[in-house]
Amino acid sequence: MNVGAEPGKVTRVVILAVVGLVFALPILAMVEFTFRAGLSGDHTLDHWTGLFTEDAARTYRGLFQAIGNSFVLAAVTVGIVVVILLPTMILVHLQFPRLRRVLEFICIIPITVPAIVLVVGLAPVYAIVVKVLGGATWTLAFAYGITVLPYAYRAIQSNLDAVDLRTLSEAARTLSAGWLRVLWFVLLPNLRRGVLAAAFISVAVVLGEFTIASILNRRNLQTALLQVSQSDPWVATIFALLALLLAFVLLLSIGRLGRDRKNQ
Amino acid sequence: MTVASAPVVTDGDAEALPRRHRIRGAATYLGLTPFAVYVLLFLAIPTTLAVGTGFFTEDGALTLDNVTGLFAPNVLSAFGASFFISAVTAVLGAVIGALVCYALLGLRPDGAVRSFIDSASSVLAQFGGVMLAFAFIALMGGQGLLTLFLKDTLGIDIYADGNWLYQVPGLLPVYLYFQVPLMVITFMPALQGLKLTWAEANATLGGTRLTYWTRIAIPVLAPSFLGSLLLLFANAFSSYATAAALISQGAQIVPLQIRAALVSETVLGRENMAGALALGMVVVMVVVMWGYSVLQTRTSRWQR
Repeated sequence: MNVGAEPGKVTRVVILAVVGLVFALPILAMVEFTFRAGLSGDHTLDHWTGLFTEDAARTYRGLFQAIGNSFVLAAVTVGIVVVILLPTMILVHLQFPRLRRVLEFICIIPITVPAIVLVVGLAPVYAIVVKVLGGATWTLAFAYGITVLPYAYRAIQSNLDAVDLRTLSEAARTLSAGWLRVLWFVLLPNLRRGVLAAAFISVAVVLGEFTIASILNRRNLQTALLQVSQSDPWVATIFALLALLLAFVLLLSIGRLGRDRKNQ
Repeated sequence: MTVASAPVVTDGDAEALPRRHRIRGAATYLGLTPFAVYVLLFLAIPTTLAVGTGFFTEDGALTLDNVTGLFAPNVLSAFGASFFISAVTAVLGAVIGALVCYALLGLRPDGAVRSFIDSASSVLAQFGGVMLAFAFIALMGGQGLLTLFLKDTLGIDIYADGNWLYQVPGLLPVYLYFQVPLMVITFMPALQGLKLTWAEANATLGGTRLTYWTRIAIPVLAPSFLGSLLLLFANAFSSYATAAALISQGAQIVPLQIRAALVSETVLGRENMAGALALGMVVVMVVVMWGYSVLQTRTSRWQR
């Protein structure tokens, strides 16, 4: 007999099946909705095929532009994570272990200060940013770098904890490698999984971001989806499904990255 | 190259160490500046501005009017609605999520089912905002799949008492859709920390599965469960996008009050009211997250 906490097979299947079904329903409803022909209840492929007509590029120009904006924002945000957060985390890990608690605390703050609160203070900050750097969409990535801080920190930190960077870098230093060489040829290859996971989760978060863009009146994927949904809810839903699929693929690959590490 | 030369190098290094460390120490501190400046500009300053503006008037004079404005009936009822939504979805989300975690116990952590549910949970926990609103409109909107099914086959009209999906009660099922997955992510490690030896000890001492749960598992898991519940509360309390996409009219919950204060074109000087609302939200968030971290520390005792 099973003495542990594990459930019986029937219990397990029933719980997972019921919850799984309930959670699949809204997604299925979205899929079904994209095949609806108006309010009549008939089904049609028109909304999907309409995306591949010649007019589509013109009709949905705003939406495509917003998707482009979101990808640029995702790229710049990943850049901020790699260029600003990652070196700081390595430096603290190797040189200032006592600052680790401080860094962790800073990186967790964005959970306690939600985006809708942060945006109240970001509005005046962006009034200055626009003066200095112009009103281009990519500047929003400065705010997104803060939004993704808790996720990126956790992804990189778990990799830092799993690898003995100190011994590796000291070994390389003893063999007369310069700091840049150590960073590029020794540290980064060992942190590849953590950095990739941080990048993927950052992309997923940025593609889903609505609050800051909407209050600061910028166009990204989410604000454009809401706007398009008022005139063409079917196409808005199609793109929401595609974005969801992309996020799922990104996060599934993070899971795979973690599993590869364990198998080594 | 040779084995003999290696100790010589280390000796030389050891002697030079104190001075070199000091010089390098100052230089390495410089390495922390980009992050420090970035966090100052885009986290510290905005947060200070957000919670500070509530204490000023439009002209920059100190005032408590905005903060006392938090006790106006419409603001209080928004806080009440926010608490209601957060508490209900946190409790339900925690219970359902814990059940899912329980069902996952005993499955191989690297197996297909576990890794699918892990990834699906991280996607759905992030799946807020506009897209989530679309999903529930497609499911339970006036012409939604479920609405039509219930009406046509079972004769049940879920909107007999008016269309509540676009009101505060409508947020309950919608928020649960990201609360349950978040619970699965945060609570699973704790449940997995239950050691088989405890169950064996219980069985050896003549305990039943009931005593195992009441005397061992539930007491050990309680801090973690409550901690996750607080995290879920904070998550729902701070969520804006989903509500904004569903509720276009009015400001029934606190984040929507902030939206109304920030973008209102009719009432002047409302930015400072947004600051006071932000302050109110931060106070709640700090208390909740403090409770979370206290419970987290108690949890980690069992996960060593």
